[in-house]
Amino acid sequence: MHCLLLLIIPLIFIVLSNILKVKHTGMAALMGSLLTLVVSLIMAFHFNSNDGVAGDFNHAWISSFGINFHIGVDGISLILVLLTTILTPFIICASLNRKIENANAFYSLILLMQIGMLGAFMAKDAFLFYVSYEVALIPIYFICGLWGGENRIAVTLKFFIYTLAGSLFMLVAIIYLYLQTPGGHTFEISEFYKLNLSSSQQSWIFWGFFLAFAVKVPIFPFHSWQPPTYTTAPTAGTMLLAGIMLKMGLYGLIRFVLPIVPEAVAQWNTLAIILCVCGIIYGSVIAIRQNDLKTLIAFSSLAHVGLIAAGIFSMNAQGIQGAMIQMFNHGINAVALFFLIDLLERRSGTRLMDAFGGIASVEKQVAIVFAIVMLGSVGLPLTNGFVGEFLLLMGVYQWNMWASLMAGLTIILGAVYMLRLYRNVFFGEVSDASKTVTPMTMMEKIISWKLILFILVLGIFPNLLLDISAPSVNELLDMIAHHSNLIGGL
Amino acid sequence: MNVIIALTITGMLNLFGGIFNYRKITPLISVLGIIAALVFNFMYWNTSTSFFHHMMVEDNYAVAFSGVCLALATVLILFYNRFMGESDHHLPEVLSIIVFSVAGAVVMVSYTNLLMLFLGVEILSIAFYILAGLKKKELASNEAAMKYFLMGAFSTGFLLFGITLIYGATASFDLTSIASFIKADGASINYILLSGVLLILVGLLFKVAAAPFHFWTPDVYQGAPTIITAFFATVGKIASFAAFYRLFSLCFAPIASEWSSVIWCVAILTMFIGNITALQQKNLKRMLAYSSIAHAGYMLLALISPAYVGASAILFYSVAYGIASMSAFICLHIVQTQTNTDEASGFTGLAKKNKSLALITAISLLSLSGIPLTAGFFGKFYLFTSAIEGGYVLLVCLAVVNSFISIYYYFKPIIESYFKTSHTDTVLQLKSTETILLIILSVATIVLGILPSLIPSI
Repeated sequence: MHCLLLLIIPLIFIVLSNILKVKHTGMAALMGSLLTLVVSLIMAFHFNSNDGVAGDFNHAWISSFGINFHIGVDGISLILVLLTTILTPFIICASLNRKIENANAFYSLILLMQIGMLGAFMAKDAFLFYVSYEVALIPIYFICGLWGGENRIAVTLKFFIYTLAGSLFMLVAIIYLYLQTPGGHTFEISEFYKLNLSSSQQSWIFWGFFLAFAVKVPIFPFHSWQPPTYTTAPTAGTMLLAGIMLKMGLYGLIRFVLPIVPEAVAQWNTLAIILCVCGIIYGSVIAIRQNDLKTLIAFSSLAHVGLIAAGIFSMNAQGIQGAMIQMFNHGINAVALFFLIDLLERRSGTRLMDAFGGIASVEKQVAIVFAIVMLGSVGLPLTNGFVGEFLLLMGVYQWNMWASLMAGLTIILGAVYMLRLYRNVFFGEVSDASKTVTPMTMMEKIISWKLILFILVLGIFPNLLLDISAPSVNELLDMIAHHSNLIGGL
Repeated sequence: MNVIIALTITGMLNLFGGIFNYRKITPLISVLGIIAALVFNFMYWNTSTSFFHHMMVEDNYAVAFSGVCLALATVLILFYNRFMGESDHHLPEVLSIIVFSVAGAVVMVSYTNLLMLFLGVEILSIAFYILAGLKKKELASNEAAMKYFLMGAFSTGFLLFGITLIYGATASFDLTSIASFIKADGASINYILLSGVLLILVGLLFKVAAAPFHFWTPDVYQGAPTIITAFFATVGKIASFAAFYRLFSLCFAPIASEWSSVIWCVAILTMFIGNITALQQKNLKRMLAYSSIAHAGYMLLALISPAYVGASAILFYSVAYGIASMSAFICLHIVQTQTNTDEASGFTGLAKKNKSLALITAISLLSLSGIPLTAGFFGKFYLFTSAIEGGYVLLVCLAVVNSFISIYYYFKPIIESYFKTSHTDTVLQLKSTETILLIILSVATIVLGILPSLIPSI
């Protein structure tokens, strides 16, 4: 029932704010997202990780096709649900003090996107998952297209077609799996887990899903939509994309690919991990040369998610647990970084690294906040980034030492580009643009210190998250081992 | 039978409208007549009544497709009256032609005899030739009519020749006796029969505008008045497909191995030619014409799917495609007449000029491109599922590739209306009745996308 509430509350707020023509739509949307946050927190507190699924809601939808509106959360879903509900209020807050043309539509689209993403994270039915996965795409397309920057039309169309193209192959794979289920056929994901597929079938299905998720994540050669989209999108859009939306791809890998086609993963993960590692190095190296701060973070994000995907493909407890916690942490860090860049851009009208310099001597608090967020992103011990990257590298190490060594470059290169950014923007001579940086407003202080709280608390007590997902991840690994009889190979 | 009688009487009443001077109420008569036909039509649901010594049968398949055609024709007449009613001196005659063509469509979806198929095709087509040339003072419209007539007559020739050969082989026009002949004789290859099937195939592929028999479509669709184009693209195409599917699934299913490879080659060709050519079009009418060719390609998938899912899949797809296509053409007509351009630039800044029209256009185009939570998505999903069930995974993958090619051109008007600002600030007018009708079409698109079970399986 709680799960259903999570989807209904934002919907009610969208309908109300459009019918009543509320003046402060931003505030209304904020209320809506806070209410969903409260519901999801209640759900998290009641969640007993050993129970398996919580908040289950199942209702026949299209009975002639065996499609059910089946939602519920296990440990893996819950972390991503929490990520979505925690970040949405921040994203809305970050837009509040901006003057937005046609604000009603803007906030409605953000809430609509939240519904789509929550639907995807909670779906227990593959058809519902697919529909939610796609439905989340429409709002973000319009957010980027309507409020985005330069060259937005071409960039967003490319993004849309790219993502849709990938996911249509997933649709074919899902339909194929559906037709393999015994009897009257069903889209229930748990039924897909029980299928006995030959190895060639597994390979085809693997690639169907892989294309969809690799575009969404994005994994190396499928990433070309990402940097321009992140750069042109309005800040809220970038936050939604980098913070939450790309996790749908990673979540899909864990939810569908690993348990349904484990043999194919074991067969192809060498290639997949090589691609991930290429992405890590490629993203980091390009990030070092960037001048536009947003583009820099976009490329660094490419490196970070590459590591997460590599952890998932290594198919062991450390890798997957690391992926779970790092998905959450990357969301927090990405939103914090984009928020701070937006803060600088709004004051100075530019986000080019060259234009800044010496902000540390102009505005100390901005510099301190940025420093903490940056350290979290680089993965300094006692910040949230460390735990995830450590576990992920450990997972990849168990799979192959060399891969993990190469993937480990992300930490070194990450430090290089982030410290270069910090040095150029915050130290050195005070530039004209830096002089315009005024103290943070109350709202900005609240947002940034809250995000920092997350960065530190999760760095010191990672078990808060790890405990939620551990039983589900173990169950998943049992299933893989049982399903494929590959225990030795794992 | 009551359906055809009702339609015929309505058509006749319209014809006399010009003589006895009640031309003003002919639209009302037509709409009421078609609604009466709709009511009669649905009274046959679950009855399977047959008429004229088994030449026609009102089974659920026929009732469902007649219902779709009649409903779309109602919408069309309402808009025709709005758009052309005042300026058109031949309103009663045009309306009667439209009503007669719908009678042809009804015959085409409910025949059980090849002669009735031929009659239906002819009734529909002859009416269409005239409708294409309605703007008699415009060169393009005349060209459209001429082209349509020549090509159509040519393809009807193929159809008729095919029917003759089938008669020669099986000594019957009746679908059930042909089917039993084929079933009994299935093992031995009968070349006369096979040539007949092939010729009928060519004739019908012409009618549904599948590649490589599609060359008439863009010119005819572009030349005819937009609202009439909507009629060709929806009622014409749906009735032809229903006839096509009926014949091939009822009669020729046992020898499917002989013709299914033809169908899937044609399907691939049609999808790619339709979509890739549509990418290049600047004129939106031409673009929608090519997109309708591409849709024919998707619908061909149903022909080679297992029989128990194919019919329902094609029905759902027809409904989804019919509604979306109809409202896209109508929106295009409104924009075109008020901005005087056929190109995407007419849509520039539409979201600011007329919010609801922009939204309705967007919904219909999203449905045509198959985005989830619209009827178009579920239609595609249905077709893909049935084709994969028939074992055509590769074909579905190619259809999927086409699906995302089509996004590019379907999004052009959406991008123009939402993301670009117009330099002229003319406000686009929309009468309240038009708005209500268009909103009904959009709501239907969304509702069918969320609750597809509303369309029963047949």
